Amino acid sequence: MKEIVLIKLGEMVLKGLNRRTFEDVLLKNIKYRLRGLGRFEIKIAQSTIYIDPLSEDTDLDDVCERIGEVFGIVTFSRACVCEKELDDILQKAPAYCKEYLEDAKTFKVESKRSDKRFPYKSPEISAQVGGKLLETCPHLKVDVKNPDVTVTVEVRDFGAYIRCATIRGQGGMPVGTSGLATILISGGIDSPVAAYMMAKRGLKLNAVHFESPPYTSERALIKVEKLLKQVSRYAGSIEMHTVPLTKVQEAMRDRCPEELFTILLRRVMMKISTRIAEQTKSGALITGESLGQVASQTMYALNCTNAAAGKIVFRPLIGMDKQEIINISRRIGCFETSIEPYEDCCTVFTPKHPRTKPILHFVEQAEREANLDELIEEAIQNTTVKTIDFS
Amino acid sequence: MEIHYLDNSATTQVCQAAADAAYKLMRENYGNPSSLHKLGIRAEEAVEEARAAVAQSLSVEAKNITFTSGGTEANNTAMFGAAQALKRRGDRIIVSSVEHSSVYESAKRLSQLGYDVQYIPVDRDGIVDLEALKTLLTDKTILVSVMAVNNETGSVQPTERIAKLVHKLSPDALFHCDAVQAYCKMPLKPKNRGVDLMTVSAHKIHGAKGCGALYIRDGARILPLLYGGEQQHKMRPGTESSPLIAAFGAAIKEANISENMETIKRLNTYALEKLRVIDGVTINSPESALPYIINLSVEGIRSETMLHHLESRGVYVSSSSACAKGKRSYVLEAMGLPDERIDSSLRVSFSKYNTTEDIDALIEGLQSGIQTLQRR
Repeated sequence: MKEIVLIKLGEMVLKGLNRRTFEDVLLKNIKYRLRGLGRFEIKIAQSTIYIDPLSEDTDLDDVCERIGEVFGIVTFSRACVCEKELDDILQKAPAYCKEYLEDAKTFKVESKRSDKRFPYKSPEISAQVGGKLLETCPHLKVDVKNPDVTVTVEVRDFGAYIRCATIRGQGGMPVGTSGLATILISGGIDSPVAAYMMAKRGLKLNAVHFESPPYTSERALIKVEKLLKQVSRYAGSIEMHTVPLTKVQEAMRDRCPEELFTILLRRVMMKISTRIAEQTKSGALITGESLGQVASQTMYALNCTNAAAGKIVFRPLIGMDKQEIINISRRIGCFETSIEPYEDCCTVFTPKHPRTKPILHFVEQAEREANLDELIEEAIQNTTVKTIDFS
Repeated sequence: MEIHYLDNSATTQVCQAAADAAYKLMRENYGNPSSLHKLGIRAEEAVEEARAAVAQSLSVEAKNITFTSGGTEANNTAMFGAAQALKRRGDRIIVSSVEHSSVYESAKRLSQLGYDVQYIPVDRDGIVDLEALKTLLTDKTILVSVMAVNNETGSVQPTERIAKLVHKLSPDALFHCDAVQAYCKMPLKPKNRGVDLMTVSAHKIHGAKGCGALYIRDGARILPLLYGGEQQHKMRPGTESSPLIAAFGAAIKEANISENMETIKRLNTYALEKLRVIDGVTINSPESALPYIINLSVEGIRSETMLHHLESRGVYVSSSSACAKGKRSYVLEAMGLPDERIDSSLRVSFSKYNTTEDIDALIEGLQSGIQTLQRR
């Protein structure tokens, strides 16, 4: 029995004239995600994407798992392919639905006939298929209001399809349809979640990571690569820019008031990230900041940080509790990596009592006096780039 | 004398790529995978690369793979780990009556510890009786262990159907599958097929002895056997054996299931054709067995005698399972074979390195053995 995956398009169907572009991007993303699972014929018609596995050893469970990670898909389902003939539908339905109906007590059959040339009307199809299923599974009862299993028969342009279960997708918009943005990633719990959330809104990502050897170890870098690799399951490939910040941080330690270390560091990060965003034609910065979580994330501190950014800064976690963030982190498979215990550059030279209500005017003055521009320039020059890919 | 090694289900020759990988981890990247410095990181990378290879071969995530010292440890971890973690939920543990000794003896020990251990009978072909399993599955069942392929006969168990029954009738139970003899020989997808725990081993697929792995499904909580450092999420503490693990990864990358299957099928058909016409030889493996293993009996000649006779001609086979030296095979007994057949049984097992010449040597050896050794 031939089985395929049918994807129903979500929010993007509403996008009017842009719809074609959205669909093209989604198709490209799906193809990219199915890499390594075999050969497929993928086509789109009537707001539905058909994924037809051509290789014999392709496992549809694996396909569904990957499809479940692609943004822009609200629901999808596995479906049994039938000839557009009632006899064929009636012959295949019992065998195909058996697995789903075995443990069910009640069911109903719904039919959709979008190909009006098909000689039976929807209620007739439902009645016939329902009768056949009752014959083969005598333990079942029909319940049209609240059935355990809904068997759907669709007669569409390319064929007829039987479906038994609908799987929820990630929702959101196809990655790339909203443009490119730059995530500042540290290796903690928050930034990968922020990256995931903005990718969900259709942004393609590149990433900036700051390292401070020997204060930070190569393992911290590997950890960030691992996190980005996990995020790339959803967000597609990510270009990672690693900026060596040791000299800037050492200069800051020697030249700045201790209580301002953190806020100054955040500002330097914003400045460098803005530059990298400009170089890579990225339109925004993304951070994992959440209001009040630490000293550098008070409203006052965020104001000072924000003033150093030359692009709009998306902070999708700003109003979220730590536990809510952790829940998402677990769900997207980042949590276990995020809690690996390696120093990152934000924890190098942390002040004992960081200023929680810094005043921009004084911060800028301290920054001018420290004269960090040359070192910042050097750090940007020495940035290395690596592409992170899920496979 | 030329070597005709037909005992590949006991162990295999380590392939060149695996040996090279191990050597590199012993002589170059010899750091401790947990060390913070470069040498440690290089070793860790090798371990993680191998973990990803195991994961990919099972279509699962790397985080669900725990390396062990081999199949026996993985099986013990699954059995004792699940029994301990789930003891509040119930006390019944069900295993097939043809399991490898590392599952069988673990079950016996668990029975001594107070668990209610039950054995699923098998039919003439060595396949577990699903109806019998249904009657054994209760809501007090916490663990079911059935192997994917039997090590003595090659019988393939219907693990997918077993998994379904287990999860339907005993929702609290974990289903463990010892896949040592099936691994890299047939497609295995534990996650998609309802298997919660799966054991694999390196040295049956041209990796090194002393290395195996246990797949643990997300959310399947089992307790570790060993306690110590933070390695492998504390599921299996102790410095990872990076050379053996790297060798395992290299061996997996060289294993091509479908390509090898073609070779082995050809060898199997060739061997069966020749074996069937020898007077006094009976095939004990079922038709449906994995072609990697042929179990046979030679009428009137004790397994060991024939084994040594073949050995003297450079042909290496096994008398039943190598792990059950000298003892009568409980697997063949469970299949209901008469004692004479069991006492004269031999196991021939193939690898991709075998050729038809190896089989010719076996046939000649068996024929000359029958002529000289049989009591008249």
